[in-house]
Amino acid sequence: MKRVILTLIFLIPNISVASGGVQLQHANNDIRDKGSLQQGAKLFVNYCIGCHTAKYMRYQRIGKDLGLTNAELQDNLMFSAEKVGETLDIAMDKDDAKKWFGVNPPDLSVIARARGTDWLYTYLLSFYLDPSRPNGINNLVFKDVGMPHVLWERQGWQKLVDNKLELVNKEDEAKAKQYRQDVRNLVNFLDYVGEPAKVARYDLGWKVIFYLAIFFIFAYALKKEYWRDIH
Amino acid sequence: MNKMLDWVDSRFPLMSLWNEHLAKYYAPKNFNFWYYFGSLALLVLILQIVTGIFLTMNYKPDAELAFGSVEYIMRDVNYGWLIRYMHAVGASFFFVVVYLHMFRGLMYGSYRKPRELVWLIGMFIYVCLMAEAFLGYLLPWGQMSYWGAQVIISLFGAIPYVGEDLALWIRGDYVIADATLNRFFAFHVILVPLILLVLVVLHIIALHEVGSNNPDGVEIKKNKDPKTGIPVDGIPFHPYYSVKDIVGVTVFLMLFAGVIFYAPEFGGYFIEANNFFPADPLKTPEHIAPLWYFTPFYAILRAIPDKLMGVMAMGAAIVILFALPWLDRSPVKSIRYKGWIYKFALTLFVISFFGLCYLGMVGPTPVKTLLAQIFSFIYFAFFLLMPWYSTIDKTKPVPERVTD
Repeated sequence: MKRVILTLIFLIPNISVASGGVQLQHANNDIRDKGSLQQGAKLFVNYCIGCHTAKYMRYQRIGKDLGLTNAELQDNLMFSAEKVGETLDIAMDKDDAKKWFGVNPPDLSVIARARGTDWLYTYLLSFYLDPSRPNGINNLVFKDVGMPHVLWERQGWQKLVDNKLELVNKEDEAKAKQYRQDVRNLVNFLDYVGEPAKVARYDLGWKVIFYLAIFFIFAYALKKEYWRDIH
Repeated sequence: MNKMLDWVDSRFPLMSLWNEHLAKYYAPKNFNFWYYFGSLALLVLILQIVTGIFLTMNYKPDAELAFGSVEYIMRDVNYGWLIRYMHAVGASFFFVVVYLHMFRGLMYGSYRKPRELVWLIGMFIYVCLMAEAFLGYLLPWGQMSYWGAQVIISLFGAIPYVGEDLALWIRGDYVIADATLNRFFAFHVILVPLILLVLVVLHIIALHEVGSNNPDGVEIKKNKDPKTGIPVDGIPFHPYYSVKDIVGVTVFLMLFAGVIFYAPEFGGYFIEANNFFPADPLKTPEHIAPLWYFTPFYAILRAIPDKLMGVMAMGAAIVILFALPWLDRSPVKSIRYKGWIYKFALTLFVISFFGLCYLGMVGPTPVKTLLAQIFSFIYFAFFLLMPWYSTIDKTKPVPERVTD
């Protein structure tokens, strides 16, 4: 029986987004970790929002969910917005973007839902130097990607040796280790931005099911009572 | 209270409607697990209508705004995420419930004389439901919404002579565009729900005219109490089945809530990851597949190399279901008294249906296409050979009264 079930599980089609044949690493992020989310938010507004938007997400909501006051929001996160009710939008011209990067940098509001957190995590760890590319950069997960390695200072450069990534400078090891945590925080933030109500969803769900379970006892007793004389 | 009832009753047949359909509608007393899904389908229909009404309050049927308005519902509308998930997950649950409801019919011969019209109306409901799901899937305006609709509508292009013009007429543009989104929205929120509601009422009226079938396939109306005229194996729907269905509803809602709160995407089967990319007419996704409830028919379409023949086979796979009451020639209704041939045929059919469901989700390979052809053959053979195998199948004697 076990074998049958296992076979059936293997038969379930894999409909995750293609990753260029690269084994994805697990992001292992925790959307309840507010510290991590705050770090991720900081990275996002410092590195990502220069080109990307998250135009369905409001600063105010981030403040509320991540435990930040309006003043903290304005000092730490709001470099491109005036009012807390604004969304994480920027004023980059679409045609300019296309000229600079070859593509229009996508909005990142729901990128974690479209790509998956593991993909994002692996993607951000998989940039390497590639002289054959016009910008000198390539990515193992996203071949010939238009995006430069914006976070390179935090990781150090990598090169591709026998299809495996290696640091160019071995002394960057400690930095690269911290970078993995940075990426985890950033992916965590993107996961949160993808569905800000996720924690509320988890917290409400068991209450609904618990209520229904109690209701079931009464409903079942009622049914038994009515059906007693039916044979 | 009584006075008020009398007042209404002398102007409107309230009590007689209540009695006819609930308090004095006598249903067989031996309904089993499979008989929950009728009332559950009605529940899901109502849930879909109610959540749908709330969604339309904030949704924008505009190619520029649609994707963003769904995210607005997910973020800025109070409990918008809950309503949206209920609606999206509800669509998949609707098909789960309806497929189980139809399978019940297949097992116990609920489509047989005198219930042919109940089955036919039910089939029209099923077709409407497919239309409703297809139309609604375009509205979030993600990549899968867009390209799924593009693929399905382009199928009309396979019809000789008028095909391309027909596809153009349906889209209202040369590609899926704003005009398509607007009309799909109109159909999804007004036209099809109206037809569905009318059909559901007709389904219930037709059922209550002939009375419910049961797992034994025994006609309870043939055995009435000589004094009261009530079937001896019948019990009033209300309160017996109304209290029983509340139990079913509670269990159903627990499962439904489990998915809504803890796995609304259901691993990509209910909400596809690719649909979180906004629709892009210039970027065709590598892999386009409809949601799981359409994939059996999609697999039949792809199993046939010729496009027009494939479309016809896909249509025939649905049309043939309408003929079921006249294909079954067995002297008994229920699988309980049918012989091994029908049990074997039904098992093969179920395997083929699941097989096609799987094959429609994944990309084609030569082996998978061959499998899809074999399963398609079994699918059609189940129906087309039924007039033959249902007559030679050795049946067991049917009891006079229902069993427990």
